[in-house]
Amino acid sequence: MNTSSEKLAGLIPDAAASIAVRRRKWRVLKDLIARYGIALGGISVIIAVLLIFFYLLYVVLPMFQPASMEQQAQYRLSSVQGETPLLLMLEEQAEIGSRFTDQGVIQYFDVRSGIDLHRFAIPMPGDATVSSIAEGALGTGVVALGLSNGQTVILRQLYDLSYPDDRRVITPRVEHPLGETPLTIDASGQSLHVLAVRNEEESVTIAAATSDDRVIVSSFEVAESMLGDVEVEQTTTELPSLAAKVTHLAISSDRRWLFASDAAGFVSLFDMRDPDDIALIGREAVTGGDERITAARMLLGGISLLIGTSEGRIEQWFPLRDEANNYSLVRVREFQKQDAAIIRILPEFQRKGFVTIDSSGELGIYHTTAQRTVLRERITDKPALQLAIAPRSDALLMLDAAGEFHFLEMHNKHPEVSWSALWQKVWYENYSKPEFIWQSSAANQDFEPKFSITPLAFGTLKAAFYAMIIAVPLAIMGAIFTAYFMHPRMRQMVKPTIEVMEALPTVILGFLAGLWLAPLMERNLPGVFALLLFIPIGILVAAYAWHRLPKTVRNSVPDGWQAAILIPVIVLIAWFSFGISGSLEDWFFKGDFRAWLTNDLGIGFDQRNSMVVGFAMGFAVIPTIFTITEDAIFGVPKHLTFGSLALGATPWQTLVRVVMPTASPGIFSAVMIGLGRAVGETMIVLMATGNTPIMDFNIFEGMRTLSANIAVEMPESEVNSTHYRILFLAGFVLFLFTFVLNTMAELVRQRLRKKYASL
Amino acid sequence: MIKDIKHWYGTGAPFIWLNAGAVAVSVIMVVGLLLLIAVRGMGHFWPHTVEEFTYRWGGEQIRLIGEIRDEERVSAQRLIDSGITLQDSEGEVTRYLMKIGNRDYYGADFRNIVAPLIVERHRPAELIAVERFEYGNFYGYLRAVKQAEAIVASGDAAWAALQESVERASGFRAEILQIEKKEIGSINYRLERLRLKERGFELKHALTPERVATIEQERQALQKEYDALSQKLQDLYQQIRRDSFIAEIQDGREAEIPLDKVVRVYQPNKMGLFAKLGFYISKLWEFVSADPREANTEGGIFPAIFGTVMMVMLMSVLVTPFGVVAAVYLREYARQGPVVRLVRIAVNNLAGVPSIVYGVFGLGFFVYFLGGNIDDLFFPEALPSPTFGTPGLLWASLTLALLTLPVVIVSTEEGLTRVPKAIREGSLALGATKAETLWRTVLPMASPAMMTGMILAVARAAGEVAPLMLVGVVKLAPSLPLDGNFPFLHMDRKFMHLGFHIYDVGFQSPNVEAARPLVYATALLLVIVIIVLNALAIYVRNRLRETYRALEH
Repeated sequence: MNTSSEKLAGLIPDAAASIAVRRRKWRVLKDLIARYGIALGGISVIIAVLLIFFYLLYVVLPMFQPASMEQQAQYRLSSVQGETPLLLMLEEQAEIGSRFTDQGVIQYFDVRSGIDLHRFAIPMPGDATVSSIAEGALGTGVVALGLSNGQTVILRQLYDLSYPDDRRVITPRVEHPLGETPLTIDASGQSLHVLAVRNEEESVTIAAATSDDRVIVSSFEVAESMLGDVEVEQTTTELPSLAAKVTHLAISSDRRWLFASDAAGFVSLFDMRDPDDIALIGREAVTGGDERITAARMLLGGISLLIGTSEGRIEQWFPLRDEANNYSLVRVREFQKQDAAIIRILPEFQRKGFVTIDSSGELGIYHTTAQRTVLRERITDKPALQLAIAPRSDALLMLDAAGEFHFLEMHNKHPEVSWSALWQKVWYENYSKPEFIWQSSAANQDFEPKFSITPLAFGTLKAAFYAMIIAVPLAIMGAIFTAYFMHPRMRQMVKPTIEVMEALPTVILGFLAGLWLAPLMERNLPGVFALLLFIPIGILVAAYAWHRLPKTVRNSVPDGWQAAILIPVIVLIAWFSFGISGSLEDWFFKGDFRAWLTNDLGIGFDQRNSMVVGFAMGFAVIPTIFTITEDAIFGVPKHLTFGSLALGATPWQTLVRVVMPTASPGIFSAVMIGLGRAVGETMIVLMATGNTPIMDFNIFEGMRTLSANIAVEMPESEVNSTHYRILFLAGFVLFLFTFVLNTMAELVRQRLRKKYASL
Repeated sequence: MIKDIKHWYGTGAPFIWLNAGAVAVSVIMVVGLLLLIAVRGMGHFWPHTVEEFTYRWGGEQIRLIGEIRDEERVSAQRLIDSGITLQDSEGEVTRYLMKIGNRDYYGADFRNIVAPLIVERHRPAELIAVERFEYGNFYGYLRAVKQAEAIVASGDAAWAALQESVERASGFRAEILQIEKKEIGSINYRLERLRLKERGFELKHALTPERVATIEQERQALQKEYDALSQKLQDLYQQIRRDSFIAEIQDGREAEIPLDKVVRVYQPNKMGLFAKLGFYISKLWEFVSADPREANTEGGIFPAIFGTVMMVMLMSVLVTPFGVVAAVYLREYARQGPVVRLVRIAVNNLAGVPSIVYGVFGLGFFVYFLGGNIDDLFFPEALPSPTFGTPGLLWASLTLALLTLPVVIVSTEEGLTRVPKAIREGSLALGATKAETLWRTVLPMASPAMMTGMILAVARAAGEVAPLMLVGVVKLAPSLPLDGNFPFLHMDRKFMHLGFHIYDVGFQSPNVEAARPLVYATALLLVIVIIVLNALAIYVRNRLRETYRALEH
């Protein structure tokens, strides 16, 4: 004994020896390193997980940030006395501004300093002055000038970019697409006091009101003659006279519609499809009493007319076609009222937004589709005269009555988002009524994006609903049997089967649903319904037949193997149901169920429909619900059931009266978690439906869900665009929805576990 | 009788049976689905017999040659409505889906025929089937074999000559492939790196004339290598294009098929069982080892298998340490209280968050935010074309690692809780520090749980498609993420994936009918992989339970 401890003492150094102390220190150090290392690692993993939430929020939030505007410069321009500014414009980069005056001079200046860059005199006949001015299609730089002698000059502003010494230099240039000679609109030489112009490639339409209150429409076509000369063909028509003096004119982008507002507060709509016979379609009152129309401009896309009044009201109107193919002018929406008369309405160049300015000097930024007031801000306390917006919607230039120019930078990234645009019915251009529509992109640039999430959320819930209809009864009933009645040996076989079911990749389920199940169900629709009807009936009949069998046969199979007995029965029923499908079709549905559905009942039918999704996604959800329910029922303390059985209750009574009430919170949480899975499932819906965002509860039609929408559109969406952020919002909604559902379910389960432990 | 039923109803037996029925239905659904995939997936590689039909069509008799792929019962009335002349409009008739192949001659691969209009059907032994690189299968009667525009064999001798020619061509093809993919691919890769190097110097304003000269020299050398190879390639192409064969197709025309477009030829009707078995195995091998062809609808799925494996491996390397550390922290170090309980619930629930949300996060955060910044910092010479600022292997693995993190954490934590307290206390009582206790006793005992977690994570990741569509999977990747060019593992490359392959070929392919068998085969492979992984996890878990049961006593 003694010797062995001496030996040990020889092996293990003395506790006070320096090597032992060092070693101990090193061990403590290692322990510390491990402690803090693991804590750091653990916490950073948890933070990384939380990052998902915050990153989604970080991308979504900028959509809801208000727009802002800052004044960058304020200055006066050196100008010749007696010139009145008629129009301001900004170039693409928002570096150069231009001012058109009534003397026919374009003055170019640096917008940040007001330094004169260039002056350009428009060639004009003799003593004529500019009496009216109008801008052509947005972004083309076309401007038309109406002259006091009844003529017009059409020009196009261009800017050339060059890079001498690696610096960008912008040089303005003016072009005359229809030649330098002024074109005569009014042969009698009256001054043109209101003008509208719309250009499309080589042709231009001009509408003008003369000082003696006639309205004249002229179309110009540029044709190149054989010798290479440019010839302009002109067609001129005079409109039927209007009841009141015309104050504004506007032409739609297809050059079919002419809108004319008048001093009495009405807007008239003319159909110009036939240039020789321009017809008045309708005349609608916009204002009443003393209120007058003070501004009118076409929105981007040239479909809607925006009208501003002397009371500060702003409205959107467009021609609407009814079922009988008759057009009428309708008021689509009204925007937040400003406090003073609207002086200018300027459409944005790339979005369906616009900017207004009123006589008190207050600026307003609005968006039509979202029906949103993005920003209202008073820039100066002097009345405003003119306003220009940069083509990229990032800057404004304003001129007030005191002759001061204000250059403003504008930050307005996501005007198209509002609660109503995302979730409510919106009256889109060219639609007959407000609707829920998701249509995020199109080929043309002046397309109105339709960002209604409602149909997607509806589709998500629809898909989840049909999946749950299939999954909930099957999973809960199956779990009840497995946990409570099933023979342990069979249970050992069933549970792994369900685990396999849970592990099957959803892409395989989706592929089978889309390519195998959907055509199969389409061919055998009556059979499918027969199956749903015959399976419960068949099971009951088989059960009763089993009950009537002689005891010797019944006793050969121990209790708890009912499910195994039923397998061949169900296979047989399925085979039978599909077998008689054709005959059923012949007897009841005139030989073609699909045709019967569409023709006799008027129900639409898609091959990849909600029923297919219901089956496939139901299949995916069953194992989730099954496992949790089975756990909850199996966990019910045995003494409860034994007590009930001992008191003479049948097994079924015990189940219904004792087991189920105890386990019901667990079943509830199982359904919640199943619902969470059905809501977020992507591949099955993507492959088993047509992915059309419709709002229809029809079981024979498809849907588009939030998740499938993300999968389809995310790769094509431009980073940090509104579309991109809305898709992130969809992801965020999915995240929150499932997270809340699961947390609820988890809390319920934890309470249930505690209850079981206390019983 | 009525009384008996009432009594039976009173016992609750019918409800018990209905519940049993629900189990039966679920089991039938799972087993049926697996059987369906297995049968269709395995059947694809078996050589189908090619049949010749005499068929009444448009008032005359025509000859059709092809494989019967599917049959169904259709109501006669519906067929008559669609314009087919039938004598009897009552009842149902059988409609076959027939693969007639020869897409370059008929325009479509498939044709529906109905049983009543078939006059005669037989299986001529001398019919040949040809798999090609373009236009799908070819069926017909072999007439002659040509070499350099001259007929060298015809009639009965043609078959032997054809096989010889096919063998010869496939030898050349292997050589061409080697040169095109490996050698020329490598030269292109090195040329691109040279270009980036030059651009890098230029950006740093360090492009001195010496450097320009060296780069130019290297470029010249590579160009020379390239020229030599392309000369060799041209010779090979000339060789492979020498032979062709002439065959008669169903409408009596003679078709000439160049052998450089031929994968294999066979006479399915002449094959015995063993020949068919051999054919089956060679097709199976082709399926798992070859590249896809014809827009993924034919050939193999090797790049998809490889991509899936690479991605899953990278993911496990990322997820396992982090998941284990987080679990150890939560279970062993953090103070157990409401906060940790909350964190635990949150982590559990992340497993229920839809996978597409992870995809969205991965695209926004990893690809655009992290990747974009990495490009700006480390790869400015490649801009504006992104290196890491675009979906790729690394980001896909990271995204899936995040997705499967809860699986690993939950499973490891469960393993840690199962380690009996006595073991921990014993170790501490012997004077071990906490870290030593953990490292020497607790973690080894919990290691099967970690394994289970990892396997389950891998199984989940292998089957997940939705997030991958956003962060790095493509339908056809030009090169594998692992190759012989430095730095060998290219984490910025896009890759192919089994699950996405199923989605893409089944739903985005122009010729779904032709692609379907291949999709079933791919699905079968994926199902097998996932079931095996899950079975492994279940096995490991059960072993673990037994270990502890032994410890508790």
